[in-house]
Amino acid sequence: MSDIFWLIPFVPALSALILAVFGTKLPKKYISYQACGAVLISFGISIISFIGLLQTPQQNYPLVKNLFTWIHAGLFKANLSLQFDPLSAVMALVVSLVGFLIHVYSVGYMAEDKGYSRYFTYLNLFTFSMLLLVMASNIVLMFVGWEGVGLCSYLLIGFWFEKHSAATAGKKAFLVNRIGDAAFLLGILFIFIHIGSGEFTAIHQAVGGGAVTQGVATLIAILLFIGATGKSAQIPLYVWLPDAMEGPTPVSALIHAATMVTAGVYMVSRLNSLYAFSAAAAEIVALVGALTAVYAATMALVQNDIKRVLAYSTISQIGYMFIGCGVGAYTAGMFHLYTHAFFKSLLFLAAGSVMHALSGELDMKKMGGLKKYLPLTYPTFLVGAIAIAGVPFFSGFFSKDAILTSAFAKGEYFIWALGIAGAVLTAFYIFRLIFLTFHGKERMKPQVKEHIHESPPVMTIPLIILAFFSFGAGYIGLPAVLGQKLNVFNQFLKLGGHEAHISMGIEWLLILISIAVAFTGIFLAYMFYILKPYVPSMMASKYPRLYKVLYNKYYVDEFYNAAFVNSTIKGSELIYNHFDLKVIDGAVNGTASSTNFSGKILSYFQSGLIKDYALVFLLGVVIFIGYLLF
Amino acid sequence: MAYTLFFLLSIVCIGSIIGMIATKNQVYNAYLLVLAFASMGGLFALLQAPFIAAVQIIIYAGAILVLFIFVIMMINLRQGLPPEKKKWTYYFSGGIAAVLAGELILSLKGTFSIEPSAPMENFGSPTRIGRLLFTEYLYPFEITSVLILAAIVGAIVLVKKREKK
Amino acid sequence: MIPISYFLILSAVLFALGMVAFFVKKDLITMFMAIEIMLNAANLAFITLAKSASSLNGQVIVFFVITVAAAEASVGLAIILLIFKQKKSVKTEDISLMKG
Repeated sequence: MSDIFWLIPFVPALSALILAVFGTKLPKKYISYQACGAVLISFGISIISFIGLLQTPQQNYPLVKNLFTWIHAGLFKANLSLQFDPLSAVMALVVSLVGFLIHVYSVGYMAEDKGYSRYFTYLNLFTFSMLLLVMASNIVLMFVGWEGVGLCSYLLIGFWFEKHSAATAGKKAFLVNRIGDAAFLLGILFIFIHIGSGEFTAIHQAVGGGAVTQGVATLIAILLFIGATGKSAQIPLYVWLPDAMEGPTPVSALIHAATMVTAGVYMVSRLNSLYAFSAAAAEIVALVGALTAVYAATMALVQNDIKRVLAYSTISQIGYMFIGCGVGAYTAGMFHLYTHAFFKSLLFLAAGSVMHALSGELDMKKMGGLKKYLPLTYPTFLVGAIAIAGVPFFSGFFSKDAILTSAFAKGEYFIWALGIAGAVLTAFYIFRLIFLTFHGKERMKPQVKEHIHESPPVMTIPLIILAFFSFGAGYIGLPAVLGQKLNVFNQFLKLGGHEAHISMGIEWLLILISIAVAFTGIFLAYMFYILKPYVPSMMASKYPRLYKVLYNKYYVDEFYNAAFVNSTIKGSELIYNHFDLKVIDGAVNGTASSTNFSGKILSYFQSGLIKDYALVFLLGVVIFIGYLLF
Repeated sequence: MAYTLFFLLSIVCIGSIIGMIATKNQVYNAYLLVLAFASMGGLFALLQAPFIAAVQIIIYAGAILVLFIFVIMMINLRQGLPPEKKKWTYYFSGGIAAVLAGELILSLKGTFSIEPSAPMENFGSPTRIGRLLFTEYLYPFEITSVLILAAIVGAIVLVKKREKK
Repeated sequence: MIPISYFLILSAVLFALGMVAFFVKKDLITMFMAIEIMLNAANLAFITLAKSASSLNGQVIVFFVITVAAAEASVGLAIILLIFKQKKSVKTEDISLMKG
């Protein structure tokens, strides 16, 4: 039974194919059942395969299923082969479970949309690509999934393409990702040049056996990491993610919070031997992660768009995951990925539920006091917020703490300090969000207020399930101070990397610090937005420049626009006017007119008169006989 | 005697064809064609092919020419065809035909020295041809009958007036 | 006896004359007749060579050629009739549907 794992990605693929071909003809109800059912089947197979994996002796890891040789050109060889090992298993379980819940939620959220079947086609296609990404046994196939999720991301961000901003956001996401993907592709090519195979096991062997030099490993690792900064929205390629919130909210939850954006973290964990081998690359990963964690959190402080706050929060949290990977604690990074998938998708879906209640309102300044109107959304949102803020006994606490402890243990005090600073900010902005949305004065427009309603069960039940996981998912990876045996997650994953150990006392101290930090953030938010609601505006007027910089997201978008986008457009225009119009069009038109001309000449022979043809025929006969005679 | 006959028939044959080229009236053309075919039949007979000569006269001069005349009468071009405008085609095609004839005759150079064989007993008699047709050439013979049937059906289908629905 | 080259030369001349007739005539019916003349010229060559090789095969082939010519004439004339019905003309200049 452990051999059926290769079916996991292909069930959603089949469903996507059916929907793509017959989607517009099928009734909505059937579409919902098929799309959700396909992902549920994937989840079921994932569980079965997971149990099978637990029963397999560890020396047989990873299980590989080679379907067929996909590309074979000289030295370049890539198979369509899938693998299943603890890392893939965790990812497949998370992706299919969260994916399933979000599919179900979408049934309610998208019920009125006219692109219903198209939406579910994309969503199924995304699930397929993501599962392919996490289960590929070689980096080329992984890249297929990597590009596939990028494509689906583009399609879903621009799902409401009639809206100009949505189409632009989709384009932006796609183009920014291209920059990262180009580097990623270069990395793959270097792997083929220096290692000769894209299979992960071969890469691990080559790196472990010293077949590559430190410099080459660093080069490959950094190139691949640039790809990861694009996909996982890290500095400097994070700019697309906030704009990606133009897509439907369930999409933001699934793709731009829970799964796709964590692909970079998965990739680093998958190639952990490479990053463990190259200290410089690992240092860069950790530093970029830590800077992003703080930097994105500062931008989240002042945003008023509920989804944008969550988007910056996602960027920041992925930064934490990269800290974990960078300091060699790959399991901690993966652990945070796993818990984050639940609480961040919960937060997004709850935010979607809020929007649903308020007829699509996104501005937190026009919310407030929603607690009593949304009896199910509020508590679930609160669970998610508590989890992300790092309050003890909730999942986010365990995973974030694991990362920060590892960073401290490795001696990366600067990164640890950045992480702590980010944690304060995280607790602050998420509770600012809670207080602005659910507490305080009601600032809705009266006509909106009339229509406030709790979402249908098809939307709230996934919220409840996710809330349950947001609370409980952390208990499989308890901190070391409570006993090594309790960290089941760590023992199951067994990723490489050397995790330094520190004394019990210091670890307890670190835990206390992060608890204190979480509560400080929450308390500050409480003070600013409940006790003294005038403080934020006062602060904003007192430090207008800082506020403006933060509010405008450090003007990075403007800088990128001026530096890259405009110059590209100008250059393209120049080339279009001088090269395309004159040289290429000239060549094309020239070919056409010369063909036309010769056709006109030749058409004189095609007179349509029998005699002319016969005359030519006769001439040929005469010449032929003459040739035979002489 | 044989020479006389040969030259007589040749002249009639060539003459009637030249007459055909010169005449514009289609009915006269058809009559001249009968003459040409008949003299050709005579030539066949000279070559010890009496059966083929008979077939030639019956089928060509009889059947095919009647067909031609039927069609000419059905089309019934009262006013004769206007004269050919492009005069140069006469000379051009005549020239090329002359070249072709020259080439063909040149290619016959090898046969000039062949002595004529003596007439053989019963050569080309209906008995012998019939025996050949029904033994060695049975299959082609049968296929020819199918071909003629197909031609009859085809001709009828082509010319038949389509019933208006 | 008459040398066979006489017959063969006659055959070549008849063929060339048929060709001239084909090019000079402008109505389909007479052109069709010209084709029959060329066929007959070829038949003459066959019969001559059959005599020269003292083999009856040549004569049998001519028999087949004549039958095929009969079939061809019936279908060909039917087509000419159809063309005339459509175009009200049998002149080749009027039939140039395939002009490029």
